[in-house]
Amino acid sequence: MTPMISLANPTRFLSLVDRVVPWLSVVVVITLGIGLYLSLFVAPPDYQQGETVKIMFVHVPSAWLGMLGYTLIAVAALGTLIWRHPLADVAAKTAAPIGATFTFIALVTGSLWGKPMWGTYWVWDARLTSMLILFLLYLGLIALWQAIDEPGRAGRAAAILGLVGAINIPIIKFSVDWWNTLHQPESIFRAGGPTIDPSLLIPLFVMAGGFTALFVLLHLIAMRAEILRRRVHALQRTQVEHAALAEA
Amino acid sequence: MPDLGTHASFIIAAYAVTFVAVGALVIATLEDDRKQRRKIAELERLGIRRRSAKAPASPTVKSRSKPKAATTPAKRKTASRPGKTRL
Repeated sequence: MTPMISLANPTRFLSLVDRVVPWLSVVVVITLGIGLYLSLFVAPPDYQQGETVKIMFVHVPSAWLGMLGYTLIAVAALGTLIWRHPLADVAAKTAAPIGATFTFIALVTGSLWGKPMWGTYWVWDARLTSMLILFLLYLGLIALWQAIDEPGRAGRAAAILGLVGAINIPIIKFSVDWWNTLHQPESIFRAGGPTIDPSLLIPLFVMAGGFTALFVLLHLIAMRAEILRRRVHALQRTQVEHAALAEA
Repeated sequence: MPDLGTHASFIIAAYAVTFVAVGALVIATLEDDRKQRRKIAELERLGIRRRSAKAPASPTVKSRSKPKAATTPAKRKTASRPGKTRL
């Protein structure tokens, strides 16, 4: 808990972000470069799906990060409501657009993968519908933050919505086990080990690593921008107050 | 370019959507960060800064007296507690 408390100081957090961002940028470029090379030029075609399996290398990491982003929002919501951590609502607010983008990518690439494999772009089955609900929850959170001017109030309202919406995460995860769906069952993180051949699994994990590093990098930069935005507002308010006092 | 088979258009479209969406997200995030840094720099240039921010060093004023502590130890302890720190 001590590092979390020390990072509660936004100035200390900003200094950490300034140090981490250049290194993480290098990690993102290298990992995604290797991942794309392995995905497009090394990974063999699947024995059933042929070359369309290449869509998996962008679809699956995006879907994971869509869920990871919302999990982060739910944890941050606890930070806002229980521990009143000053960076918790900053973390939640800035994770929403990033998570929404990755969820959008998962939905569109899944659709583009579904058409040649299932014969349809969309079907209202449990996995696809719960992912669409996740995307709508992200949009709802973004709209809520936009609708309330005062960051403290907006943060608490969004934290409640974030926690309520977190129920959707296990539903997405287990939807393919609980219901009969067109979507394939869990094939990577399952009790008996992955059912995917290592020649496809390795590029997938490298791409997932690159996407995750990109998520963390963008989240840190967005948090820095949000902290600075709040400082700008506070300074502008002070400026207006001083001007009013001078006039009086 | 690898041979993407009969469903090449779906694969290319999936990667194109990913590149465009991620590219837009990266540009928007970096632009917002740059904009806020510019605004802070502009306000500081006008002499408006946070109370806790260090004042710019003045080479002409050199005081030999010991600088007064900004906060008492008790206040410092409170300031580092989560929930009490201002952004």
